Amino acid sequence: MPSRPLLSTAICSLTRSSRAIRWRVAVSQRPTNVRHERTYWATACRRNNLSEDDRRMLQEAREEDEADVVIVGGGPAGLAAAIRLKQLEQEKGKEIRVVLLEKASDMGNHTLSGAVIEPTALNELLPDWLEDPPAPLTPVKSDKMRFLTEKYSIPLPAPPQMHNAGNYIVSLSEIVKWLAAKAEEVGVEVYPGFAVNELLYDNSGAVAGIATNDMGISKAGAPKDNFQRGMEFRAKVTLLAEGCHGSLTKGVIKKYHLRREKDVQTYGIGLKEVWEVPEQDWREGEVVHTMGWPLTSQVYGGGFMYHFGERLVSVGLVVGLDYANPWISPFREFQRMKHHPLYSGVLKNGKCLSYGARALNEGGLQSIPQLIFPGGALIGCSAGFVNVPKIKGTHTAMKSGMLAAESAYNAIASDTTNESAIALYDYEDRMKQSWVYKELNEVRNVRPSFHTPLGVYGGLVYSGIDTLLLKGRVPWTFHHKTSDAQATQPADKFKPIDYPKPDGKLSFDLLTSVARTGTMHDEDEPVHLQVKDRDAHTKASYPKFKGVENRFCPAGVYEYVPDETKTEGVRFQINAQNCIHCKTCDIKVPAQDINWVCPEGGDGPKYMLT
Amino acid sequence: MPPRLNIVVPVKRVIDFAIKPRINASKNVIETNGVKFSLNPFCEIAVEEAVRLRESNKDLVESITLVSAGSSKALDTLRAGLALGADRAALIETSEIDDSRSLELEPLAVAKLLKAFVEKANANLVIMGKQAIDDDSNQTGQMLAGLLNWSQATNASKVTVDGASGVVTVAREVDGGTETLSAALPLVITTDLRLNTPRYTKLQDIMKAKKKKTEKVTPADLGVDITPRLEIVSLSEPPKRTGGDKVDSVDALIGKLKDVGAI
Repeated sequence: MPSRPLLSTAICSLTRSSRAIRWRVAVSQRPTNVRHERTYWATACRRNNLSEDDRRMLQEAREEDEADVVIVGGGPAGLAAAIRLKQLEQEKGKEIRVVLLEKASDMGNHTLSGAVIEPTALNELLPDWLEDPPAPLTPVKSDKMRFLTEKYSIPLPAPPQMHNAGNYIVSLSEIVKWLAAKAEEVGVEVYPGFAVNELLYDNSGAVAGIATNDMGISKAGAPKDNFQRGMEFRAKVTLLAEGCHGSLTKGVIKKYHLRREKDVQTYGIGLKEVWEVPEQDWREGEVVHTMGWPLTSQVYGGGFMYHFGERLVSVGLVVGLDYANPWISPFREFQRMKHHPLYSGVLKNGKCLSYGARALNEGGLQSIPQLIFPGGALIGCSAGFVNVPKIKGTHTAMKSGMLAAESAYNAIASDTTNESAIALYDYEDRMKQSWVYKELNEVRNVRPSFHTPLGVYGGLVYSGIDTLLLKGRVPWTFHHKTSDAQATQPADKFKPIDYPKPDGKLSFDLLTSVARTGTMHDEDEPVHLQVKDRDAHTKASYPKFKGVENRFCPAGVYEYVPDETKTEGVRFQINAQNCIHCKTCDIKVPAQDINWVCPEGGDGPKYMLT
Repeated sequence: MPPRLNIVVPVKRVIDFAIKPRINASKNVIETNGVKFSLNPFCEIAVEEAVRLRESNKDLVESITLVSAGSSKALDTLRAGLALGADRAALIETSEIDDSRSLELEPLAVAKLLKAFVEKANANLVIMGKQAIDDDSNQTGQMLAGLLNWSQATNASKVTVDGASGVVTVAREVDGGTETLSAALPLVITTDLRLNTPRYTKLQDIMKAKKKKTEKVTPADLGVDITPRLEIVSLSEPPKRTGGDKVDSVDALIGKLKDVGAI
């Protein structure tokens, strides 16, 4: 058996050049057969209950296909990379096959964002995009920042990052649909409805492609009547564009030690609704950001309200997941925020059309992992390029996709021997020289400045000075010392929060909101929120945190149901069907014992206008 | 000589079943902006049944043709059907009727279009969904059979074709239980939910489906006038559920029932 050199140290120790170079494996030629490291759906105990026939079906050989570049994830980053690759094919002539796989049933169905986007990357990718623009596309007309108390709203000076002249309020879901159409026009093979939980590796341990999920597996892990084995795609380059806290990304970061000498990633959860309001309450192009109420000084976060489209209002709340108090429920904070006069004034006669939530990166420059691994790279929010003070990450995500595409194209075009895995060195180099890193470097100290005991106030003061005067030109860099999961403190240190009941007109209960996401998972499929031992989890988590999972999940997936037969008096129940793929549980659960994997392709929310 | 089935499967593109439809009150139409559309579940079952007929008996089925009437967006729906295993597809393009006005394409108009198409395609078996989940009419299949003067077996929950004689046995779900019919070809079958569970489309099949032929025709080509004969007077959402009252005793219950005039 050939010995495997420790890949990550090998990469770190090799000198980087400005061109992508072949990463030579000390051992053998790049083999044509791949070694399969399969992550099973069902847990080990269930696996053992399968019949021989079932086991054989589950391990049947899969059909194989080949592509030059496979992109996992059809969001802005993935699509930008795909389009850029095909543009290079047009320019330079060498043909490459680009396959993009997306777990949502249709492009844009799992996409959720504010969103006010800066068109810098879009202008670079598609210089004449305004000739065939996406809809809705509302230019920003006015910008407001407010600090809220329970009854009042105090104007705040906006830092330069928050000036949105030249930016557009959009539905990112619609942008993704529009980009997907553009991608198909230039010849990208876009396949929504296919989830990827498995990377293929070659004998040197480099990523050699992906395998789509098997479909039609029952809850117990056995193949059903409509069982369909997944398909393998061998690829020279695999780009992971899964968005914030991607499931494959999590594994790759661990396997190749991509976080060595980097900070942990910190996150926020963004919840939002799209409303339709009457003409008199609607002010086209108005952008409002608020801080303060209902969040306390120890919780980072803020609300937003954007007027766009045709009498549409996007309203939402971002809550930093580093909150210590396990009684906080981001969903209920969002619902009660809408009762503040600043928000209710706009929404009171309106109708809520849709709801959704998603985790987002807040770590900034310090938390970006090493972007490349043998055989592929991380692009977009999978790496984490969100500019937190700007609260924008779409433009940086797209740019990273474009740079990765350029690097991948050059590597593939100059690859005549196909002997070893491709390492996209110049992608990481180009990112460091691009406006993305320049931008992120300038604001790197803003978010961490909120980690002090001075909480929000200390952060606001430091951020004000940094963004208006210093602009990051300081020799120090604040770091994120603890993960969001570790930041959670025991429940007995705080009092339970008495949230107001939803009134059904401005604020809503959880299940009504979940119905608005259009989320759907088969009743009879394995639970995709993997917990090894639910009883052990209850024992470890419930006495200390008193059901924190119930409160941080924006879709009501986790419940502690009273059960006299259990030692804690409660049973941990996972309603996987409600899941809206936000990834908050994987991030925030204190014992880090919930592993989110993709359910069957096509499952999950069907967001509208988010 | 055993008959060979030339199957036509009409399909419809509808708002996805998981989405709650909304009314655009100002325009008196269904809100379709940004909403996800998919293949009607009953139509999916119809395509699956046609493909299973072919798989059960190699020589039985000669061809499976999909047809849909609607805007060019229906091409995606047809491709989904092709990926399930149909051979070719046709789009009857009704370009004037966009998504939000889809109710204007009425069952009778569709039945007339399908009659013309089926006769052109020389089919002897039509398998279609019993109803579309947007208008829930449950009329098109029956009307089509009437116009073609063919036998019909609607709401089918089991279909068996005798390869030798060409007799089709259909078990259908009726209010009182299950009724079994047998009919000779040509025949119109409309599918009910329990007929089968459609397979997941494989990525390979989706890739192959892109290469399969899709032809486009217009209602004029088929010689059919699709002008709506019905006028939609108003559209409204169902009234919101109001809460109920809880009563403490049987007497109170009787009192309340008397109040509302129930007893």
